[in-house]
Order: sequence, then C-alpha cells, then structure tokens
Amino acid sequence: MTALAALIRRDISIALRVGGGALIGVLFFLSVVVLMPFAVGPDLALLARLGPAILWLGALLASLLTLDRLFMADHEDGSLDLIVMSRTPLELACAAKALAHWLAAGLPLIIATPILGLLLNLDAAPTLAVALTLLAGTPALTFTGMIGAALAVTLRRGGLLLAVLVLPLSIPVLIFGVAASQAAIAEPASFGAPFSILCALSLLSLVIGPFAAAASLRHGLD
Amino acid sequence: MRLLGREVSCVRGGREVFTGLDFEVAQGEALAVVGPNGSGKTSLLRLIAGLLAPFGGSIALEGGDAELTLTEQSHYLAHRDALKTALSVSENLSFWRDFLGGAGFDPAETLAKVGLDHAAHSPASFLSAGQRRRLSIARLLAVQRPVWLLDEPTNALDSAGQSLFTVLMADHLARGGLIVAATHVPLGVAARQLRLEDAA
Repeated sequence: MTALAALIRRDISIALRVGGGALIGVLFFLSVVVLMPFAVGPDLALLARLGPAILWLGALLASLLTLDRLFMADHEDGSLDLIVMSRTPLELACAAKALAHWLAAGLPLIIATPILGLLLNLDAAPTLAVALTLLAGTPALTFTGMIGAALAVTLRRGGLLLAVLVLPLSIPVLIFGVAASQAAIAEPASFGAPFSILCALSLLSLVIGPFAAAASLRHGLD
Repeated sequence: MRLLGREVSCVRGGREVFTGLDFEVAQGEALAVVGPNGSGKTSLLRLIAGLLAPFGGSIALEGGDAELTLTEQSHYLAHRDALKTALSVSENLSFWRDFLGGAGFDPAETLAKVGLDHAAHSPASFLSAGQRRRLSIARLLAVQRPVWLLDEPTNALDSAGQSLFTVLMADHLARGGLIVAATHVPLGVAARQLRLEDAA
C-alpha cells in the first residue's frame, strides 16, 4: 500500500508543479466553453439547450489532452523499467497512475463546471446534473484512455495515435453523459437510466483498463 | 545464491545479438560483461532484469528468496537515471525507496553516503550528469536488492565518485550480493569476465 500511495503522491505533485499538466486541462476546458457562445451566438435558449453537450465535449477533450504523457514521461526517463521491475503488481501500479491522473486533471474539470455553466446560461439544477455526470463519467475516460497511453508507449507514437485509439472508446461515455444531463433540463426524459449506464461504463473501465494497460506495457518493453 | 544463464540467446529487431551464452555468478561475485558497442551488453542486462524475454535458453536465480522472482530481487542501474526533474533530490530518492520497498533506509543518510547531502532539497533538474549518477547509486543502496545490474555504472563519475562506488560494490559483495556489470573500464573489484563478441 505504501508503494501505491507513494506513486500517487509523486504523480500528483509532478502534475501540480511548474511544467505539470494539471492546469492545462482546465485552461483548455475554459477556452472551449468561453468561445462557444461567440460561435453559436447570443441566443440564450439555444445556449441553455446546448450547454450540457458543450460542457461534456470540453471536458472530454480536456481530459484526453494530457493523457498521452501518462506513461510516455516515465518511459523516456527510465522510470517505467523500474516500475515494471518492482514488487508491486503492474496492474495496481497502472491503476494508481490513472487514479493520480484523474485526481490531478479530471477533478479540477468537475470543480470548474459550475462556474462554466453560468457562461452557458444553465440553471443550477442542470449544472449540477452535468457536474454529477462528469464525476461519474470522467473516470471511464481516464481508465480507457490509459490503454491508449500504454499502447502509445509501446508503439512509439505520440498523441495522435492516442486520440485515434481512445476517441471511439469514449463515444458511449459521451452519449450517456449528455443524455443524463439533458434529462435534467427536459422533464420527460429519465435521468436514472443513462446515469446508471454511465456508472457501469466507469466501473467496467476501472476493471479492464489496468489489466489491458499492464499487458500492453509488459509485452511492449524492449 | 547463484545466478545461472544457460544457452541464452537474444534477438532484437530480427537481428541475432548473441546465441548460446552461458554464464554463472555466485554469491559475493561480480561479473563484468565486456565487448564492443552493439555486442549486446545492455540487452543481456535487460534480459536478466526481465525487461526483455530471451529468444532461447533460461536465466534463473538459485537459492534466492523463493517468494520473489529474479526481477523482483534485482535492481537495474541503467543509462537513464529515472529522475523526475520537477521533484527535489530527496523527494526522488524517497519515492523510489517507498515504491520499491527499502524500509529503514533514511534518504538523508543515503544521500550523505554518495556525497549529495548538500543538494538534497534542490530540484533534480539542477544536477549535473555525475550528480544524477550519484543519485542513481543512492537509489541502488536504498532499495536493497541482492542482485545489482549495472550498465556502465561509473559513466560521468569523477575519480572520487569512482573510488566511492568501488567501495560500495565491495561492501555489497562482502554482504553476499551479486553484481553483473556491463563496462568498458575495469570495475575496480575482482570480477569474472564475460566477453561478448560482435555479432556482425
């Protein structure tokens, strides 16, 4: 346990320091959401209707933005070799790294959501619904994205490959995340069903992600 | 405890690096792997470390901790120093000690042993190549593995650092450790030689 706690602590403090990636995601999220009203126009009703989708798209792209460095940085400086050689199972180490990434890069997005909701003319209830669905859905993005990040290390291709590999996997998360948030605006739609599926997607990726990433790292090192 | 390699062969990128390699390192012994560039010294270390799969043959540690694999009982001192430049020197060392499990090793004391105590709180990005190597050596001490796999360990070290490292290696061997080192210069401790020939 101390080993995993040490890994999480290290990754978070690297992300939060100068040159780390934690704030880049939030800034990107902010710029997407701030620019959207200028592109769509000052139609308040339209903005409120598009709001949840815009917030979700922004959060999805922002959370993928820094994900390609998840294993690449450790690979480049040789840390990955020592992580693979350690007595901690590689699956757990991968899960710890993804958790640290989510805490440093995913959680700030969720905290920023209520403020950005104001810019899109969203009421309190829909904003809260978007924040809640992001809380349930972003772990799925991080943990499936981790598989792509591990493959990017072993195939020696950077961010582009990651986006191509991971974006299709994140489509279900986007669909159910936006569906659940829309339900908070349009009454007849149900919030429970898409939200449950979103939670299920997150739980599934929590299980599959670390195993797939660890397998990819083990076979790809040379 | 004995490290035993039998008929080990290695193929990298479709090229045969070496074949039918036999070697043996007993407790308290060092093995110096020598040979020209590209003869597979680093590949051999990575095979022993478990980071590469052998194309043929086997490598085993006899009489070690039965609960642990050879990989888990080894520490690999590679070219790349596994440092995070965003962290301070002592944070880097503390992390590896906690992650690789070297309970009871005080980071400050270990840094003093390799002559880095004055730099403990400065960011690792300010270290020179030789100081980075010293920090790697501190890590090697802190994680307490019986099998040391060293890839040109004295690269970038000044003469004081080299003689310090010779003493540390001798200590490790005296405590019953094993050393396999890829090197172009004499190790400084009594060592068997394993000569790899150029495959081409």
